[in-house]
Amino acid sequence: MSELQTLQVDLLARVEGAASIEAVEAIRVEALGKQGRVTALLKSLGGMTPEERLVEGPAIHALREAVTGAIGDRKAALERAALDGKLAAETLDMTLPVDRIAPGSVHPVSQVMDELAEIFADLGFAVASGPEIEDDWHNFSALNIPETHPARAMHDTFYFPEAGEKRMLLRTHTSPVQIRTMLKDKPPIRIIAPGRVYRSDSDATHTPMFHQIEGLVIDRGITLGHLKWTLETFLKAFFERDDIVLRLRSSYFPFTEPSVEVDVGYTMVNGKRVIGGSEGWLEVLGSGMVHRKVIEACGLDPNEWQGFAFGTGVDRLAMLKYGMEDLRAFFDGDLRWLRHYGFAALDVPTLSGGVGVAA
Amino acid sequence: MKFTLSWLKDHLETEADLPTILTALTRIGLEVEGVDDPAERLAGFRVARVLTAERHPQADKLQVLSVDTGDGVALQVVCGAPNARAGLVGVLGTPGAVVPANGMQLRVSAIRGVESNGMMCSSRELELGDDHDGIIELAADAPVGTPFADYAGLGDPVIEVAVTPNRQDCMGVRGIARDLAAAGLGTLKPLAVEPVAGEGAGPDVRTHDPAGCPAFFAQNVSGVTNGASPDWMQRRLKAIGQKPISALVDITNYVMFDLGRPLHVYDRAKLTGGLVARAAKAGEQVLALNGKTYTLAEGMTVIADDAHVHDIGGIMGGEDSGVIEATTDVLIECAYFTPEAIARTGQALNLTSDARARFERGVDPAFLGDGLAIATRMVLDLCGGRASGVTRAGQPPVERASFVYNPLLALTLGGLDVTEERQRAILEALGFDVTDDWHVTPPTWRRDVDGPADIVEEVIRIEGLDNVPSTPLPRAEGVARPTATPEQRTERRLRRAAAARGLNEAVTWSFVPAAQADIFGGGAWTLANPISEDMKVMRPSLLPGLLAAAQRNLSRGATGVRLFEFGRRYLADAERPTLAVVLAGERTPRGWQGGKAKAFDAFDAKAEALALLEAAGAPVANLQVLGEAGEAWHPGQSGTLRLGPKTVLAAFGIVHPSVAKAFDLGGPVAAVELYPDAIPAKRSSGFMRLAYAPPALQPVRRDFAFVVPAALSAEQLVRAVRGADKAAIVEARLFDVFEGAGVGEGMKSLAIEVVLQPGEKSFTDAELMAIADRVVAAAGKLGAVLRG
Repeated sequence: MSELQTLQVDLLARVEGAASIEAVEAIRVEALGKQGRVTALLKSLGGMTPEERLVEGPAIHALREAVTGAIGDRKAALERAALDGKLAAETLDMTLPVDRIAPGSVHPVSQVMDELAEIFADLGFAVASGPEIEDDWHNFSALNIPETHPARAMHDTFYFPEAGEKRMLLRTHTSPVQIRTMLKDKPPIRIIAPGRVYRSDSDATHTPMFHQIEGLVIDRGITLGHLKWTLETFLKAFFERDDIVLRLRSSYFPFTEPSVEVDVGYTMVNGKRVIGGSEGWLEVLGSGMVHRKVIEACGLDPNEWQGFAFGTGVDRLAMLKYGMEDLRAFFDGDLRWLRHYGFAALDVPTLSGGVGVAA
Repeated sequence: MKFTLSWLKDHLETEADLPTILTALTRIGLEVEGVDDPAERLAGFRVARVLTAERHPQADKLQVLSVDTGDGVALQVVCGAPNARAGLVGVLGTPGAVVPANGMQLRVSAIRGVESNGMMCSSRELELGDDHDGIIELAADAPVGTPFADYAGLGDPVIEVAVTPNRQDCMGVRGIARDLAAAGLGTLKPLAVEPVAGEGAGPDVRTHDPAGCPAFFAQNVSGVTNGASPDWMQRRLKAIGQKPISALVDITNYVMFDLGRPLHVYDRAKLTGGLVARAAKAGEQVLALNGKTYTLAEGMTVIADDAHVHDIGGIMGGEDSGVIEATTDVLIECAYFTPEAIARTGQALNLTSDARARFERGVDPAFLGDGLAIATRMVLDLCGGRASGVTRAGQPPVERASFVYNPLLALTLGGLDVTEERQRAILEALGFDVTDDWHVTPPTWRRDVDGPADIVEEVIRIEGLDNVPSTPLPRAEGVARPTATPEQRTERRLRRAAAARGLNEAVTWSFVPAAQADIFGGGAWTLANPISEDMKVMRPSLLPGLLAAAQRNLSRGATGVRLFEFGRRYLADAERPTLAVVLAGERTPRGWQGGKAKAFDAFDAKAEALALLEAAGAPVANLQVLGEAGEAWHPGQSGTLRLGPKTVLAAFGIVHPSVAKAFDLGGPVAAVELYPDAIPAKRSSGFMRLAYAPPALQPVRRDFAFVVPAALSAEQLVRAVRGADKAAIVEARLFDVFEGAGVGEGMKSLAIEVVLQPGEKSFTDAELMAIADRVVAAAGKLGAVLRG
């Protein structure tokens, strides 16, 4: 074995055996430092003849490279081991729980109103609103319900004390928004008007406050056939089913003529009524062709303009679609109920994503 | 309105079966609300004769009967009734039958080792009476084997329909029959009216109130015997829920339900002089048949004799002159009361009756004479006696206005193409007169019909709404346009932002107790007729409802409550859209990281308010925090967020502890009330954003710590610092507050990080020094001193 080879074997063995970065560094200085043995060999190249250099040069350079590489590798290995050791000491129990705020929720009434707005927007209906504290002209008289009309007895009205000319009350339906819209806007009109309404009624299925949605179309040449199509189309879109069956019944509302009550067919599934089919019927909508007197009361010519109106309970639609059973729970603010029946913030009804939210 | 199938068939000649009739009723607008078919309930119960009765071998109180059920085979039945004996004809429930009283299905079974093939029944078991001492005993000649319902005449289904307020004619069975006949379910039988000529002068009746009672017809019958009404009449009245009282009373009720014609019968022995329909004097009193005394207002129509008021006209008779068993001489009243007057009086007295329901809708004004004749004939037939002549005081309003109808309207309004001939046939079947040139006169019993649209309804409902073809609404070209208004968009964003922040949306009552309204400034609107004291005042704030809901949740075991509501406040001048948040209980539960559970504080409320305002598009950076949230708030831990000194966008903070206590809430309760209508509208300028121009150079950060008077608000200082060099300073953020040792009494230290944005060139040291000097100077104006 040559001197160089002996030196290389010795150095590499010591590098391999070095236990710390400091020890490796000491070997580096000893071999490759200014006074290092390998450095001395490199310097000796200057004093050689070209022939000698041709032989010795590559061997010395090879020695330098081997030692440099071994030192680098050994240093990296030692650093890696040191980091591994440090990280191992930092181990935490990753099964520990994290802080998590319970998600919020949107009330079913709001969600269903958003769904309705989305569906009717596609049919060209805007959303209108009006005051809940109404006067009796907008709530009754303009809707062809005179004071002595038996229909007033059908509405259990909340009144405010008499003061001034107008008797103020809590609107008993969203129909006054029809009047306000016709007074304000020029036909053609297509609106829906959701909102709170009030009747002094309280039992298992009635609450003194609930939500209705009104629909109104005023245009030329609108017939009962358009009403029928609109309601069918809306209910199919709302329940997202094609097997929706409607049953129209002649009825009476003072502000429509002819008046039509609409039942929707249901099927019993696991003891629950599911909309679709026609095993039984649920009353869902009141509707009809807007009465001439109502159109006149709003300053429009009933010979030119005609149309239809409909109204339905928003809470009731929510119950039929999502399965709540007790109307009173809607207004209790019970977190357990709100989380159970509520909707996620990102459940925004869209036509492309579907207006309903799967259970 | 209830009636039985056989009653309907008195007026309607029809082959239709019950289901067909029910479907037709609903279809033409007489919605079937219920059907009770006693025959169905009593299926499996038959008339049976006991042939032999032997002692049960194993039980003293039981007998073993052999029963003849009419099919030739004697059935063995075990029976415990004391009256069971050979020869008795009773009612046997056969296996499979369901006992109405308890819902038990009968089966062949062994009772103490002896087979029993059914049950002999008591009245109570069949829900026919309270008798449970023994089994039913029928007449000895009752036909054995006949279904019991048939034998007992109980096989008459009772139908209940909802009659809408416009249908005066369907408040009697005959009107319903007429509608069904027009709908093609048979033919309307002619009504037999046999005028009773009577002897002598009619009774002395007059009307002095032609507005309230335009017509008052009457006839006397003398020498009547007022016993029980006949079985057939009692059965029908009972079937529709009316209690039989006496022949005379039952006759008036029967005619009312049969023909929609209310009547009243007076005991003449109790009258002083003639009867007059007149306007009541204020304060007059009458003891009505329901046992209550009513004090009348001036102008209410009454029937009175010389002495006093006997009848609240068209609504309820008086107790004093009502007929009793001993009555012998009667006066039968058949009058027309004006619907509007009846409605006003009925509403004012809060008194409902079957008569009011009919007069209020309007009875047939052309049916006074016939109605009276039918009633008088019935009294003579059932109670005997002699009739007087008829008095016809006043004139009922029988005139009907005719109008022109264009048959094309069925299509252009009703959407259904119906031939002219068919329309004419429908109208005539309903009693309308139609001339060749389509002048239509409604019948006297349809005062609701007064225009062409009503005729369309008649045609369409009889022809069938199901036949109206669905017609698509014309659709605007292209994709549907957005319809939501800016307010609606704001509402949606707020709602979804709140839910995304972990808040649960509640919907609470619009009305609150007066005391709760008072806490929040008092309500401007108080109901005159609240349903309860707890739902009396329209809320001036959304917080009472949410605080009450939070309390309910905590008492149900919730640990942390984050509720919000979007709704209206009802102020004197307007209804204002509002969003409120209530944070109660634990903000964070105890945890391995955070230690103890933490309660909510005012800064949680502020954080919600700012986040929600930002979501709603409010210029959050320009908002100022000021005080004066109101008396419902903690005076030192609440504030308002304003745009300028006046526009309040939100109030936030800790609810005043005394308010929380009033709602039974312990611990700090944080809340926000946010006013979306105060947020300035966004100036719409299309979709194009400003050009993107990020600064070329990195920002520079410098920290300043100031000692300031403790009363100085952080915001004032930050604002002053930010304003010290509007070109260079892009942000100033408070990051430390310190009070205590080293700062000095009545002072505090506020540390602010200032972000400086260089423009084209980096700041020089001199420039940075100058900016720092301006910052220190601006703060100095507020009494702030740079900490050494």
